[in-house]
Amino acid sequence: MISRRIFLKNGGLALVSLGFAPAFLARTVAAADARRRVLITIFQRGAVDGLNMIVPFGERAYYTARPTLAIAAPGRSEEAAVDLDGFFGLHPRLAPLKTLFDARQMAIVHACGSPDDTRSHFDAQDYMETATPGVKSTEDGWLNRYLHAREHQAATPFRAVALAPQLPRALQGLEPALAIGQISQFGIRGGGATDMVQSSFESQYAGAADSVLHSTGREAFDAVRMLKNADLGQYTPANGAEYPRSAFGEALRQIAQLVKADVGLEVAFAESGNWDHHVNEGAAVGLLANRLDDLARGLTALVRDLGDRMQDVVILTMSEFGRAVVENGNRGTDHGHGNAMMIIGGPVRGGKVYGRWPGLAPEQRHEGRDLAVTTDFRSVFAEVVHGHLGLTDTRPVFPGFTSQTTLGFL
Amino acid sequence: MNHSAVRHISRTPLVLSHCLLALLVSSLIPGSRITAAPRSSSAVPANADDKTIVHVLNRLGFGAVPGDVERVRRMGLDKFIDQQLRPETIPDERITARLTGLDTLTLNSHELAEDYFMPAQMAQRRAKQEAASQPSASATDKPDTRTPEQTQLMQAQRQVFTDLAQQKILRAVYSDRQLNEVLVDFWFNHFNVFAGKGLTRNYLTAYERDAIRPHVLGRFRDLLEATAKSPAMLFYLDNWQSAAPEGARTAIPNTRNRVSPPNPRRPFGRPGQIGMPPRQRTVADLPPKAQNKRPRGLNENYARELMELHTLGVDGGYTQQDVQEVARAFTGWTIANPRQGGGFVFDPRMHDDGEKIVLGHKIKAGGGEHDGEEVLDILASHPSTAHFVATKLVRRFVSDQPPQSLVDRAAERFRETKGDIREVVRTIVTSREFFAPEAYRAKVKTPFEFVASAVRATEADSVNVMPLVQTLRELGMPPYQCQPPTGYADRADAWVNTGALLNRMNFAVALTEGRVRGVRAPVSTGSGSIDAARDEIVDRVLAGDLSSATLETVAKASRPSQAVALLLGSPEFQRR
Repeated sequence: MISRRIFLKNGGLALVSLGFAPAFLARTVAAADARRRVLITIFQRGAVDGLNMIVPFGERAYYTARPTLAIAAPGRSEEAAVDLDGFFGLHPRLAPLKTLFDARQMAIVHACGSPDDTRSHFDAQDYMETATPGVKSTEDGWLNRYLHAREHQAATPFRAVALAPQLPRALQGLEPALAIGQISQFGIRGGGATDMVQSSFESQYAGAADSVLHSTGREAFDAVRMLKNADLGQYTPANGAEYPRSAFGEALRQIAQLVKADVGLEVAFAESGNWDHHVNEGAAVGLLANRLDDLARGLTALVRDLGDRMQDVVILTMSEFGRAVVENGNRGTDHGHGNAMMIIGGPVRGGKVYGRWPGLAPEQRHEGRDLAVTTDFRSVFAEVVHGHLGLTDTRPVFPGFTSQTTLGFL
Repeated sequence: MNHSAVRHISRTPLVLSHCLLALLVSSLIPGSRITAAPRSSSAVPANADDKTIVHVLNRLGFGAVPGDVERVRRMGLDKFIDQQLRPETIPDERITARLTGLDTLTLNSHELAEDYFMPAQMAQRRAKQEAASQPSASATDKPDTRTPEQTQLMQAQRQVFTDLAQQKILRAVYSDRQLNEVLVDFWFNHFNVFAGKGLTRNYLTAYERDAIRPHVLGRFRDLLEATAKSPAMLFYLDNWQSAAPEGARTAIPNTRNRVSPPNPRRPFGRPGQIGMPPRQRTVADLPPKAQNKRPRGLNENYARELMELHTLGVDGGYTQQDVQEVARAFTGWTIANPRQGGGFVFDPRMHDDGEKIVLGHKIKAGGGEHDGEEVLDILASHPSTAHFVATKLVRRFVSDQPPQSLVDRAAERFRETKGDIREVVRTIVTSREFFAPEAYRAKVKTPFEFVASAVRATEADSVNVMPLVQTLRELGMPPYQCQPPTGYADRADAWVNTGALLNRMNFAVALTEGRVRGVRAPVSTGSGSIDAARDEIVDRVLAGDLSSATLETVAKASRPSQAVALLLGSPEFQRR
């Protein structure tokens, strides 16, 4: 069904330009179902300025509030916003994503965020990753609770992987999840005695009374064995995809590699940092623009590289909160509230900016200063968990939360 | 800098009743001594066993070096702890020798700017210009046109950072003032700044040396002010650019600044115009052509993190309104001639001189530079700060789940000593909770603690520790490079994961086999017996406390280096 829907709704031109192989158009429904759906989450740490990422150029108040930072409306400048629907536009550096939006493979939810008012990076990231805003005692992350709620018969050690030196809160919890900095470095390097050293460490950790180190050790060695059999070796991205040479690009490249290696990847996590622009944020060019450039080039490369596999894949971006509507005294923006999320992939009903737009006039703002939140971020998560990953009852993943709205992007 | 007049906000009668309660409680604990001073009773065991001594070496320092246990036993655990709390009494000559040759460590920020950063910047600019003038060079295909001289200048600039990273590791490994180094690491992390953010890097050496290091066992209020006025922090959290909106500024002609008392470590920048006294140029002096870079209003970044991360804690009881008021109070706290490595200066032209209300305290209009100091007084003496700082210290020294009883006593000690860090730490490391069985090996080492303790355990000789910096990067904890202001986490869940665990095992193997360049462990030469190498670590570093699984694997090792690798990569060695 999924492939049929994509076939029907997508224009051929866009697919070809992104390198989607024609093979996927011919794929049978049965083959698609046999494969695992994949969710790739991207955390933009530091609170991206959602108002300059997905620009509400139709708002007069946007331009009043940001005399030096506003992105020009389409047609008003060479570096103007890229029109999406006559009201919202992409930051010019996100222009490569326009093809995906037009191919209805990318949806945006704007004015989205937390019911909690915190403007602390740390708390807000924690709330988003545990998906329990306002509750600090939650020990596990929402992605891990999903894994737990939907135990997989044939789960592999690679079911959940963060391509990062640390395991993010979202993936911490009862179910195994891997943190891998570099796939090529993942293993024991014991010189001439690798096997002996590896089996020694393995039995040490297996015999440890220390439950944390015991289970992490077991997960690590299971994964090492599986990776050895998968024989990933050298990797050349498909369809001429070119990842940016950044930590983010490198993480996405490895995610694509794992998806294609069929090692059982279901949930992947990548970090994209450095979004906290209190000073000289820049408009069409500058600090934010450079970060968005990295983001767009990474996402485009990932989609291109995965090619027809994208029909099983959803990419979800998130950031802990948005930034104040009015620019501060240093051509930057201070911590705010509502933000925008992007959802990309074959199963997405894209080509639309979802969510109720609250407006940016002072009286329409949250606490008079920030973009108000009209969609709880958990509604977006829940829709992904339900609509894409196929979990019927999402309540265990989002304790105490019942989504009031179905946005319909999946 | 005299702020004693306003520093101490009146203490509530609650404090007194707490003191009495503490005395009462301590008298109920069997074996506790009540001393005349209001110091809480010490639970340091008189005849400590090896496990207890190793526990102390792991918590007050970066783990045991073979021989430490015997040394501490001879000295007496009580005396050892007391000595660590007074690092000035420990000669520590070894480290002086180790640090010779790291020339940039003793230079001030102005000298570093003049001798390293500015020449490198100019060389870089020249190289860029030359590259641009090459007709063949396209944007994507830039030939390397740097002259050897330019390359050398750019490398020299990197030397400042490598010297700093080098000294951090060397001190952790070789200093006898172990607790002092633990606390330098702790407080730097508490007041984190990120080397990767612009000019922060230029000020890093001075930040750790002059703002953090002198106060790690001193008064919290002094530490707080030292960081608040440090160019590294002013830059990192953007306060140097925070200014009152045009309408709210102090009406002062745009010609001269009020000048702070000269600081000999930070010479003044350029002299001003002819006929004017020496000036300290700030961001408010940007010429008309750079008008669009001049600050035009508040920046909340420092104000928020000051309360959330440095003092009150996120639940410490402040509001968004407080954030804005604190930001107003700190307007004008800026940097003189930042590119030339200038120091703190108060620029009244940027200051919002109106009245402020911070956490219910009124700060009168017209306070100028003093506004910020008053805010620091309010925050340093706030009960939330005592609680927040106590919690973090107990988490560092005792457990990821800080025992409430100890947090309360440490916070109480913080309040009654007006933030004397030495006494707060003493309360923690001599407490019964610290010596309780639940605290033993309760902490997973951070990557930094793991690497330092492994090098100590093997008594490795380090000539160049930069490969260890690379190891720390792979383990997710590169020194001075934590981007968010929260600093690195101090809880196991942040550091225990599959990739990092394998990396730790690999590091253990590489270190013992002599594959970490610049760091040579004696065991890597292959001389000596397996038994001797094993016993050295098992008995003298891990107090013989290992699982049978670990001991069995080590017994099967085929050479000494392998035995030691298996011990350093073991689950037991990951904890402290």
